[in-house]
Amino acid sequence: MDKREEILLISGVNVRKCMRCGKCSGTCPSYDEMEYHPHQFVYMVETGNIEPLLKSESLYKCLSCFACVERCPRDVEPAKVIEAVRLSAIREKGNNHLKAEQVPELIDDDTPQQLLMSAFRKYSK
Amino acid sequence: MQVNGEFRPLIVAFCCNWCSYAGADLAGTNRLNYPADVKIIRVPCSCRVNPMFVLRAFQRGADGVILCGCHPGDCHYTSGNYFTRRRMTLLFSMLDYLGIEKERTRVEWVSAAEGAKFAKTMNEFCEAVAKLGENKRLEDLRCKN
Amino acid sequence: MHRIGVFVCHCGTNIAATVDVKAVAEAVKEESGVVFSVDYQYMCSEAGQTLVQDTIKEQKLTGVVVCSCSPRMHEATFRKAAAKAGLNSYMVEIANIREQCSWIHKDIMSGTEKAIILARAAIAKVQLNAPLTPGKTPVTKRALVIGGGIAGIQTALDIAEAGFDVDIVEKQPTIGGKMTQIDKTFPTLDCASCILTPKMVDCAQNEKIHIYSYSEVQKVDGFVGNFTVQIKRKARFVDEKKCTGCGECIEKCPMKKVPNEFNLGLDNRKAIYIPFAQAVPKVATIDANYCTMLTKGKCGLCSKVCGAGAIDYKQQDEIIEEKYGAIVAATGYNPIKIDKFDEFAYHQSPDVITSLELERLMNAAGPSSGTLVRPSYLNKQDDHKAHPKTIVFVQCVGSRSTECRKGSKEYCSKICCMYTAKHAMLIREKYPDTDVYVFYIDVRTPGKLFDEFYRRAVEQYGVHYIKGMVGKVAPRADGSLDVQASDLLTNEQLHINADLVVLATAIEPDKTARSIGTMLTASMDTNDFFTEAHPKLRPVESPTAGVFLSGVCQGPKDIPETVTQASACAAKVIGLLVKDELTGNPCVATPDELMCNGCSSCEKVCPYGAITYMDKEFRQPDRTVAIRRVAQVNPAVCQGCGACTVACPSGAMDLKGFSNKQIMAEVDAVCR
Repeated sequence: MDKREEILLISGVNVRKCMRCGKCSGTCPSYDEMEYHPHQFVYMVETGNIEPLLKSESLYKCLSCFACVERCPRDVEPAKVIEAVRLSAIREKGNNHLKAEQVPELIDDDTPQQLLMSAFRKYSK
Repeated sequence: MQVNGEFRPLIVAFCCNWCSYAGADLAGTNRLNYPADVKIIRVPCSCRVNPMFVLRAFQRGADGVILCGCHPGDCHYTSGNYFTRRRMTLLFSMLDYLGIEKERTRVEWVSAAEGAKFAKTMNEFCEAVAKLGENKRLEDLRCKN
Repeated sequence: MHRIGVFVCHCGTNIAATVDVKAVAEAVKEESGVVFSVDYQYMCSEAGQTLVQDTIKEQKLTGVVVCSCSPRMHEATFRKAAAKAGLNSYMVEIANIREQCSWIHKDIMSGTEKAIILARAAIAKVQLNAPLTPGKTPVTKRALVIGGGIAGIQTALDIAEAGFDVDIVEKQPTIGGKMTQIDKTFPTLDCASCILTPKMVDCAQNEKIHIYSYSEVQKVDGFVGNFTVQIKRKARFVDEKKCTGCGECIEKCPMKKVPNEFNLGLDNRKAIYIPFAQAVPKVATIDANYCTMLTKGKCGLCSKVCGAGAIDYKQQDEIIEEKYGAIVAATGYNPIKIDKFDEFAYHQSPDVITSLELERLMNAAGPSSGTLVRPSYLNKQDDHKAHPKTIVFVQCVGSRSTECRKGSKEYCSKICCMYTAKHAMLIREKYPDTDVYVFYIDVRTPGKLFDEFYRRAVEQYGVHYIKGMVGKVAPRADGSLDVQASDLLTNEQLHINADLVVLATAIEPDKTARSIGTMLTASMDTNDFFTEAHPKLRPVESPTAGVFLSGVCQGPKDIPETVTQASACAAKVIGLLVKDELTGNPCVATPDELMCNGCSSCEKVCPYGAITYMDKEFRQPDRTVAIRRVAQVNPAVCQGCGACTVACPSGAMDLKGFSNKQIMAEVDAVCR
């Protein structure tokens, strides 16, 4: 399976629904931190230009706040695409960056559960 | 029917006047070939096709029956093809139970602009029915001379 | 016994090249009932038709089969020819041996064989044909227009111009519709009410036009040419005939805090009101929800000051019944509710407004008397902050959106690009110190002088068009608005400190359209727009005969298009009303009353409401009389689809011209 298909499979998103309005990027809170922006993720996955995305820091700048998913008028769900690219990059590297057994060492009482959830989402297979 | 030692199926096609019959005409105008096995009967709407007609065709030795109507939502009479869809779903599964294979019956939506689709549908359907061979299950022996 | 003549056409070489026409003519001679058969070069030619007519007379034919091209092509030709020779035109059948035989087959053997089979089927059918005569129904020469916006007004004026009576039913207290709320019109920038109000006055003064304002259609019966409509005239508690529209009552009314719907709630009106100065009819209406006389029984001031004695607190809703030949739906549109689009902070800040609200803010008769102010400063106009310095327009709010969010529309609302360009241009012209930003996805401006207009907004007036979408509007503590948006061309995220945000909200059909559509049995699409009889070739007619469509109720359109469609619609209505009687399609359903058991299965599947039931007396074999419920088909309404014939469990319902026996005979002939 090529990368594009893999990402589409993981995300379950139909990138062709995008009408390039840019609302995802208009709404994104970490826009300025990112090299590639939500609308570019969707477009580049659609055109199959995925290598630059896999190497980009932007993957880890996405907060997974899902504001773009909430507000996209065409129901494209850009955050899911970004997450799929991230997952694909992690799988490529072949190991979990966060293992369940490490978790007790890492957390203290103040760590919100949500952080853990999103950490798993970002750093494990 | 055997023609030059080769089996040719007899196909009865019911076509609604507004879309599919016009689609069949368009296939003709564009000279798109499909087998002469197909005989078209014109009805005002696909919903005019009484299950009785389909049964009669099989009884009289037809090898396949196809109904063509307007696309759902495009019916000239607003809702006729929805009735067709429901009625024929029931009828075809009953026929399947009786031994008339599902491949011998079909409902297809063909618009007046889809001459190519009409020809393609007929080619595919004829081929599918030809593979199954003669229909003997619903033969009325009284029809035999 | 039938005497059938078969005519086989060569159609030059179109048929003769792949079908042995002589063999066909020869083969059908053996069919029962066939007394004559011949092949001929061109059957549809003058000579060919004469041949048919002469043969009918000479051979005393009772049925004719023409083996030629598609019946969609020449069935009418041969039917007319037969009628001229004295044969009922429905005794003619066509075997389609060109489009469905010669043109698609190359082998002359199989082509000829198929042609013979098709001819046999037609012969088998014609044997069972019966002479049919189309029914005739009279036409009531009066039209009803539902909705008194610009579409309804134009349609009514055009119909009246042709000399027919027209009634307009409008649910608001005045006609005029949405166009009365609009300030200027694109692309000419002339004032909307200056061009609309003369038309409204024309309506009021035209003897042929009767306006039922503050009224609603309640019930529709009948069919094309013969509709009976019940109209509910809602109580306005003012006698329309006595009221002079002087406004004295409005002056004196103490109930001042009623949201003014004409200004979209931006200011208040009294409990007794005339929506705007040029209202037609210029008659006051009492809002029963707010009038203290009606709610609490206290006050009665308006009655005391009314010199004409027009106030009548006891007025009741009145239902009147009228007969019409044609009905026009001109129910119009509304902007969608944007409650679900909370990212635009519409409910958090008064300075986020819809485009229609902006129209009122820019209108000289509006709440700010035409000075553009931020709505939050509407009543403190002396403040120097009242005038917005930075204005952001957001396009496609709720349009072109999948169903992911409730209330959003999948279609393009069509008018927003143009009116936003208009707003931007007008603001820049009047207040050159204002910065105007327009966020767009695509600018869609097809139309005469439309794209030029949009370019003028950019080039001449310096409106900043930015390709991108606004993601979020956040009100700041100082009352300004933080607009966060993307600029896709520079690949930047922008933060604009705006004073006013204008949302180009999608438009949707009026909520009453659905119930009116049901009453008229006129079909609608999933968006509640009325569907046309044919999207390209019959765009102003509904599939239901006698029902016509005018304006946005059929699909989004701007004023010029609406007027065009309204006039086209009127032409169709006039075309119907000039007829003294209508000739129906004789191929209609007909029940066998002796077999009918009154089960209602047919009634339920009829898309036209053509089937009713009546109790009828039947003489029984034992000479007693029994009353049974049997189906009746109204031949003027029935379109002949045949859905009922299949639904009928007892087989009582049949379709003339395509009867069960006829189709069975065709099946038999094909399968022989």
